This record gives sequence, C-alpha cells and structure tokens, in this order.
Amino acid sequence: MKRRTLLAAAPALAAAAATAHASVPRTTITLWHAMGGQLGQTLQGMIDAFNKSQTSVTVDAAYKGTYAEVLTATVAAWRAGKAPSIAQIFDVGTAEMVAAGPATLDVWQLAAKTGIAIDAARYIPAVRGYYGVAGGKMGGAPFNSSTALMWINEDAFHRAGLDPAMDLATWPQVVKAARVIKAKRAAEIPMMTAWPIWTQFEQFAAIHDVPFATLDNGFGGPDPKLLIDSAPFVKHLGMLLALQKEGVFKYEGRDGAPSPIFYAGRAAISLDSSGIYGQLKQSAKFGFRDAFLPYHPSLIKSPINSIIGGAAFWTMTAPGRTLAEYRGVAQFLNYMALPENDAHWSKATGYIPVTRGGNAQLAKEGFYAANPGTDLAVKQLTRTKVTPYSAGVRLGGMAEVFVIIEEEWERAIQNGNSAKVALTNAARRGQAVIDRFARSMRG
Amino acid sequence: MERRTLFPGRALPAFLVLPQLAITALFFLFPAWRAFVESVRAVNGFGLNARFVGLANFAALLGSGTYRATVLRTLLYCTAVTALAMAGGLVLAVFADREIKGRAIYRALLILPYAIAPAIASVIFVFLLQPEIGLLTGVLKQAGIDWNYVLHGGQALGLVILVGAWKQVAYNFIFYLAGLQSIPRTLIEAAALDGARGWYRFRTMLWPLLLPTTLFLLVVNTVYAAFDTFALIFALTGGGPGTATETMVVKVYRDGIINLDLGGSAAQSVILMALIVALTVLQFRYAGGRERT
Repeated sequence: MKRRTLLAAAPALAAAAATAHASVPRTTITLWHAMGGQLGQTLQGMIDAFNKSQTSVTVDAAYKGTYAEVLTATVAAWRAGKAPSIAQIFDVGTAEMVAAGPATLDVWQLAAKTGIAIDAARYIPAVRGYYGVAGGKMGGAPFNSSTALMWINEDAFHRAGLDPAMDLATWPQVVKAARVIKAKRAAEIPMMTAWPIWTQFEQFAAIHDVPFATLDNGFGGPDPKLLIDSAPFVKHLGMLLALQKEGVFKYEGRDGAPSPIFYAGRAAISLDSSGIYGQLKQSAKFGFRDAFLPYHPSLIKSPINSIIGGAAFWTMTAPGRTLAEYRGVAQFLNYMALPENDAHWSKATGYIPVTRGGNAQLAKEGFYAANPGTDLAVKQLTRTKVTPYSAGVRLGGMAEVFVIIEEEWERAIQNGNSAKVALTNAARRGQAVIDRFARSMRG
Repeated sequence: MERRTLFPGRALPAFLVLPQLAITALFFLFPAWRAFVESVRAVNGFGLNARFVGLANFAALLGSGTYRATVLRTLLYCTAVTALAMAGGLVLAVFADREIKGRAIYRALLILPYAIAPAIASVIFVFLLQPEIGLLTGVLKQAGIDWNYVLHGGQALGLVILVGAWKQVAYNFIFYLAGLQSIPRTLIEAAALDGARGWYRFRTMLWPLLLPTTLFLLVVNTVYAAFDTFALIFALTGGGPGTATETMVVKVYRDGIINLDLGGSAAQSVILMALIVALTVLQFRYAGGRERT
C-alpha cells in the first residue's frame, strides 16, 4: 500500500516541479561593462549575489573592453537591434546617451514603464546632477563614481626634508614643494597628473567656478560654445607648460595611463582619481595620503565643489524587449543602490558611495575613521552648493574633444607652442566636433 | 584550335555566375551604396535624426586642416613605404638572381614576411621596439637615442613606415625575381661579351627591361600602402601619438567607429573610393599596356 502511494506520487511530484519551473521562468538580462581586473571581479560578485537573491531575473554580464569600446559596441549593437539591456557608459559619453532618444530609457521612464519605483533622491546631489535630464529627473543610474584628488608620496616628501602633512591647499604651495623635491632629487618625477584633461581642465574649472562651455557647460542645450581658451585655462596650462620646461611637472600620457607611475613610487605628487585608493592600499610600498585638489587664490577665494567622473548604468531598448526584462533591469538598479551594496562596492574599490544610504552606512561602520582620507572625495564633492559650472560638463563628442585638448597639449610640449596658441587651436577644433553633434541633433 | 564549351540557353550560365554576383553585390556594391548614402547625410551615432545635408560633409572635410594634414601624411607614408619596399625588393632580387649556394633557402626566407598576418607583424615589432620592454630598445637607448614611439610622433611614423615596407618587400622580391629570370640569358651573355658588367649592365640593360614590372609594382605598392596597412598601423600605434600615424584609412575608422561621426566617415570613404578607382584605371593603363606589347 505504502509503496503504491509512493509510486503514484512520484510522477505527480515531477509534474509539479515542472509546472513550478514553467510558471516562473527566469528572465535573462544582459549587461555590458568596462570593469577589468579586480573591479570586474567585484562587480561580478555583486551580480552573482543579485542572481541568488531572487528567482525571477538572471543578469548575464560581459566585459566589453575600455569605456570607449563599451560605448562603441553598445551604439553599434543598438543599430543592429541587439543592444544589451544595461550598458555601463562613462561620464564623457553622457551627452550621447541623453540625446539617444528611443535608444535608451531614462531612469524615470523605466520606473514609469515597469511600475517599480526608482528613487532619484537616494543619490547624493553631485552624482544626481551629473546624470540629470530636464525637469530634475535622472537619465542614467549612477554606478562607479569618483572625483579627482591630489595624491602625496610621503616618503618622497621626507627625502626632500618636507613635512608630508604640510599645507598644500593652493597651487603656489604645491609648486613650491615640488621645486624643493626636484632640487633635492627626492623623486624622479616631482609632479604629474593622470587623466590630464579631466583633472586639469574639467575639475580645475569646476572648483574655480570657471565656465568650460556656454549654456551651463552644455547642460542647457546642444550647441554650446567651448570656453577652454579663456584666461583662467590659459593661465593654468601656461603654468604647467612652464613647470614642464623647468622639470618640475611632467606630462606622462593620456587617460589613466600615467597612474602606474605613481603606484610604483616614481612620483612625489600626482593628481588622479580618488578611486586609486584601493590600488595604492594594496600595492604601494611607500606612505601616501590624499588631499583636496589645489586651487589658484588669484582665481577664487575659496574653491567650490568638484565634479564626479566614472560611469552609469543606462537602460537600453531593443526591438521585442519584454516588460519582464525591463522589470529585471529596474530590480537590478535598485539592488545595486541598496546602502549595503553601495557601501560594499565603495569599500572594495575606492569609488565613492553614490547614495546617501551607502555614505551613511560607511560612516556607521567606522570605515572613514579606520581609513583616513577616504572621506575626502565625498567632502570635496559636497563642500559647497553646486553652481551651473560645477555640476558637470555635458558636450556632444566630449571624448573626442578631450582627445583634441590632449593632442594640442602634447604638441605644445613638443614644439614649444604657448598655452594661448594650444588652447585657441583646441577650442577651434573642439568646437567643430560640438557643432557637428549639434547639427546631427536637429531633426 | 580553340576549345570552347557552349551551354545551351541562358538559365544555366546565369545560375553559375549568380553566387559571384551575389557576393559582389553583398560585400561590395551594397556597402559602397551605403557609404554614398551616409556621406550626404547628418546622423548621430545611434543612426537617429538622419537628414540630407548635401555635400556639407565633404565641405567640412576639405575645409578642415586636420583632414588636409591626414591626406599629406598619407601621401608621405605611401611614398616612403613604396620607395623602401620596392628598392628593398629589387636589391634582394638582383642578389638572389645569381648562382649561389642555398639559393632556394634564401628565396624562401625572403618571401616569408609576406605570409605573416599584419597584426602578427605589428606584435613582432612591438616585442622588438616597445619603449619599456622592447628587445632593441635597450640598444637604442645605449646609443643615446631617446626611443619612445609612444610619445614621439616622428619615431612612430618612421616605425609604421618601416614595418609597412618590411612586409611588402617580399612581394616585390617575387615580382622582380620573376622579372629578372624572364630576361633571356642570351641577352645577358651578349651584353657580358660586349663588356657590360656590374652597375653599368644593371643601369643600361636590366633596369629598362624591368620597367614594366616596376610600373606595375608602383601601383600595387601604392594601393597597398594606402589601404592594406590599416591593421598594421592600428595594432602598432592606433594612429597616435596624437595623429602622427593617422593615415586616411585609420581616420575613416576612428571618425566612424570611435568618434561616431558616420557622415564624415562615409564622406572620407567615398573620397578613398574615388582614389581606388583612379589608381585602378592607372594600373589597367600601364600594366595592361605591358601585356599588349
């Protein structure tokens, strides 16, 4: 009797299991990102945790190369009707994404479409503003964000007989210290920068409240005029070029390529992303500290907030994409913005927490107290009220404009062009890129 | 007597050439047509907001100093690569066209670079000359040369010229060798009897007889340098530093794929297409003329 019941029950159970699977099929959504190495592992770990945390969605993530390559691949895939559900797009691609119309769903559109609330107010203002669209709404969902800081090799300062804790708030103070370091040969490179255009133009302009372009740095419309040949920029680049000749400052290449020079301890002072903290903590064989970006007292009495850099998750459309997929995207974005996840990402990588919750979580855990200097990025981002010129820069073809400025800067170093000539050329060439973008926007 | 197979009707011949026509249409005519269409439109990277702008893309190109600089750079690059590759091929062919021991081995080795994929050729030179880890970099640095093609535009251009020429030498070698061997031995012997030797014999006899080969190679090498070196340059320098090694094909890629300027990139493609057509006409005129005589 017992045996018969069991036998009878087995197929029924199997059938029940089958229907359970059939009734809750997992939706797969794709995510393309540019997080290589340790960053990619951390991101994948969080994605795995998300996939385990619920039963309806599986996020299938793929590393697609550099930021620029992810943007290129995403755009090409969208044209072919095969865009990923989520693309991680870097800061300088924001204008393209905002202008992409039917190719993307803004965060608020995603919320409206899926009925899943996505609270824009949970993000810290400096971050929210950067990815904002008209009406105070948000376009992309902020993910990895950092800002620029000044990094000090304390050992090099000691070798030069300087106190590493000395006041380095202003450029004159920094230059004075760098000259001592050069004179004492305390480091191969007294002063350098990574991400040259981001730190020396975009962030420089923000903290001095200097316009980068008209129309609120491009936030106010698609056809702004570049102002990178104005007096403050000429003065600053002129100073850097003069210091280059003197051997006090060294231009070490584009984008993040120079960073390893500082990691290796070959430079005394470097302007770089706040996000290198994790790498330094792991690999630096010297004492280091961070400091606020230096400012020119002749340009502003006290510096204002800096801008973020990094990337955001953008929701991509594709023909035949189902509501279930969009719901999966919304769930995933909300999951990544949970205070504990935001804090985890920040702790593991050195990026700033992008949400108020994540920030509070880190403070509560005592992370900032235990790791001095990790709070500087958020402090610098939030130290004053955001002005139209410290909210960010949004230009069509901005990646190309940055490359143009780099080229003109490199040319000035090679053949001795003045800062004025270099920036006049850069502004003219960059303007052509922006104008072309503006033309392509007029329907 | 001529042998000829005749097919009845028209269906079968049409069917037989159809695959070839389909391939031509799909991989040549269609993309060429798309390039024409895109070159007169302004469109954003996503392919949205497309609208007709006439010849504005061409006007923007011709009015741009950067594009003119790229065209000049491409001319310089083509001239240098063609000259180096042809001179190298000719010298090697003249020396290999002798009775020497192990001739077959020399010839096989000289032809080898032609069989190497462009990207692999670039990687070989990266191993040799990379500024930090290159095998020859240390030697250059000891000789007092600040070798860093990642920073110095002139060095980068020199490098891509060298690699471009190196890869094409083998091709020219084959043609010159064949050209030399097709010269009747009796002619050379007669010249030798008349006392013509060495440089004099080469200049007054071999060189004029090789002229048709030289004209043919001139066109082929120019086309190669202008169009087939993309993979090589892209893998080696990516067009940089700055725009120091950006030739016209590299710029087409950079503007279209990376900078998302589809209209401008398409306009450049159309200009390139016109250049290919011109070069092909030249080739037919000279190389074809050679066959008729």
